Amino acid sequence: MPNGQKAKLAVFKFSSCDGCQLSLLSLEDELLALTQEVEIAYFLEARSQTEDGPYDVALVEGSITTSEDVERIHEVRRQSKYLITIGACATSGGIQALRNWKDVNDFVRMVYATPSYIDCLAESSPISAHVAVDLEIHGCPINKGQLLEVLTSLLLGRAPHLPAHSVCVECKRRGAVCVLVSRGVPCLGPLTRAGCGALCPAYQRGCYGCFGPMESPNPEALASMLKTDGMGQDRLVRLLRGFTGYAEAFRSASDKLEKSV
Amino acid sequence: MSENKEAVGSQRTLKLEYLTRVEGEGGLSLRLENGKVRDVKLNIFEPPRFFEAFLRGRHFQEVPDITARICGICPVAYQMSSVHALEAALGVQVDPAIRLLRRLLYCGEWIESHALHIYLLHAPDFLGYESGISMAGTYPQEVERGLRLKKIGNMLLELLGGRAIHPVSVCVGGFYKVPRRHQLLDLRSDLEWAIQAAKQTVAWVASFNFPDFSPRYEFVCLSHPDEYPMNEGEIVSSSGLKLDLPEYEHAFLEEHVAHSTALHSVRAAGGTSYFVGPLARINLCRDKLFPQARAAAESCGVSWPSHNPFVGIVARAIELLHACEEALSIIHAYQEPECSRTEFEVHKAEGCGATEAPRGLLFHRYRINEQGLIEFAKIVPPTSQNLRRMEDDLRLLLPPIVHDSDAAIARACENLVRSYDPCISCSTHFLQVKIARTGGTGH
Repeated sequence: MPNGQKAKLAVFKFSSCDGCQLSLLSLEDELLALTQEVEIAYFLEARSQTEDGPYDVALVEGSITTSEDVERIHEVRRQSKYLITIGACATSGGIQALRNWKDVNDFVRMVYATPSYIDCLAESSPISAHVAVDLEIHGCPINKGQLLEVLTSLLLGRAPHLPAHSVCVECKRRGAVCVLVSRGVPCLGPLTRAGCGALCPAYQRGCYGCFGPMESPNPEALASMLKTDGMGQDRLVRLLRGFTGYAEAFRSASDKLEKSV
Repeated sequence: MSENKEAVGSQRTLKLEYLTRVEGEGGLSLRLENGKVRDVKLNIFEPPRFFEAFLRGRHFQEVPDITARICGICPVAYQMSSVHALEAALGVQVDPAIRLLRRLLYCGEWIESHALHIYLLHAPDFLGYESGISMAGTYPQEVERGLRLKKIGNMLLELLGGRAIHPVSVCVGGFYKVPRRHQLLDLRSDLEWAIQAAKQTVAWVASFNFPDFSPRYEFVCLSHPDEYPMNEGEIVSSSGLKLDLPEYEHAFLEEHVAHSTALHSVRAAGGTSYFVGPLARINLCRDKLFPQARAAAESCGVSWPSHNPFVGIVARAIELLHACEEALSIIHAYQEPECSRTEFEVHKAEGCGATEAPRGLLFHRYRINEQGLIEFAKIVPPTSQNLRRMEDDLRLLLPPIVHDSDAAIARACENLVRSYDPCISCSTHFLQVKIARTGGTGH
């Protein structure tokens, strides 16, 4: 960050639920202190006043789903020194990427009475499919602690600590009983990136993959174990095609399973 | 709010790129001709996400997790309407303790969402600031009070649901896991503080100056014989409408208009607009408020029923107080249920449910097959029900101010729309103000 000057932060939204940008406002204890260090130059959900770029840091929420989005993300990239994607939509296409396996025109007809009014791309894609991304914060929603860690590390000029290991590691640390081994509950924990604190297993249910694939996951091994436990192919495909289903490792695994019949 | 002016001959257009301090993104275009309002359109151009389409073929137990993602501000509302609709379809009765825990979870969301809207999004309009962050310089105590209230809402959500945004504990039949009594009791002192802070909030917002603007509205909300509307009830309106939930779709229709990716709801009889949200609930059901909230409603200086949309901030503050009181009362009475969820048989079924999201009535209907997979889903969010009403309001608001500067008109329109606490991500989807003038009344 430039010496003596506040870093200029911008928040941009594409197709999303607003939950990840809300995480910034959910830093209730840190928000006012943060605004002493960082200038929130563009954040439509929170401020009417906006400042033009260039920005030091851009937080980008949401996936790309229209031709206008494609143009806008390139402009955001041009205006931003450091571009960080926040959340499952921006990093993997989000739950709306479920349409990537269907004909979007059928979807338009299902929801809207006059399909000709609707203009959108056939696929919902992550930001990294369109522009270079400097850092990704995963999660559906992101963990606000990770957001604070990233912003703090940028201010201090050090690398942020973000986990690349699986939810299983967090689950063991938390002392939760493995739902998969003890109760046979299907769980994506062995494949999924840590960051949530192993919430679902702690709430006695299987992980559904909010944070996307960990580094080097092995979906085939988990799939064959779940099949042995009697899980049908349809259910397995559904399990992999959730909030981060279009992330490469989950996508290729579910496509392979679908073709295997 | 950025302005982009273009002058073309005698015509003038003004474009305000985004409506700010609302959830989600949208625009507003106004056409003024010879000083008359020709056209008002709320443009919702947030891209469609097709929830109702991709829910088809998913398992019913995935529905509350998926519909939560419609809105990061009010995920619990989507979870609640989903589970109530699916339980109605499958004939599931939940344990009374589970029912209360669901109300407690919903109180958490009302506290979080109302505190956010009052303190960070809406109050700055009345006090002349562009954001809650700028307002904090002059009103540090108020903004800190708002943030702590919001945090207490989030603490409730985190305890019951694991996290505040997209909680993980809700399922059809109950919860995956319920809290221990001592965990809830730990929140008592925070909620006791919150009740006092919410009372101060009511007094603070009731002291604001409200524009003199009171259209005739039809207010619509849920109504329950013993409870303030939240999780269940019949549908009532200020025009005397009284309906069981399954009749909702006969009385209210969704229309698709060219300028919006959100559908617009209207009354089936007459195609007129209606009003949902805190103001509707306070106007129609304030006799069911908890005692301190009821006393605050009576003594705050507003005469109910109020038809002034700007007074929505007072209604929201009274509900904030109610939610804090009700949360504390549930916590005091809480006994851990033997089972966190009811077991039930899956069969082919269809059913609907409606609950009161922080910003108004939220209706869901689902049909499932023998395997428990969704065959059909319909979701009617509160903001799409208010969109037509907002357009009607703008047509009434504009004539007296039509000769003001573009910036003043845009500000007045934005303030009005913001008073509805629109959630454009929910309604599917976004605000940009465009003013087109012809006939030489421009500046």
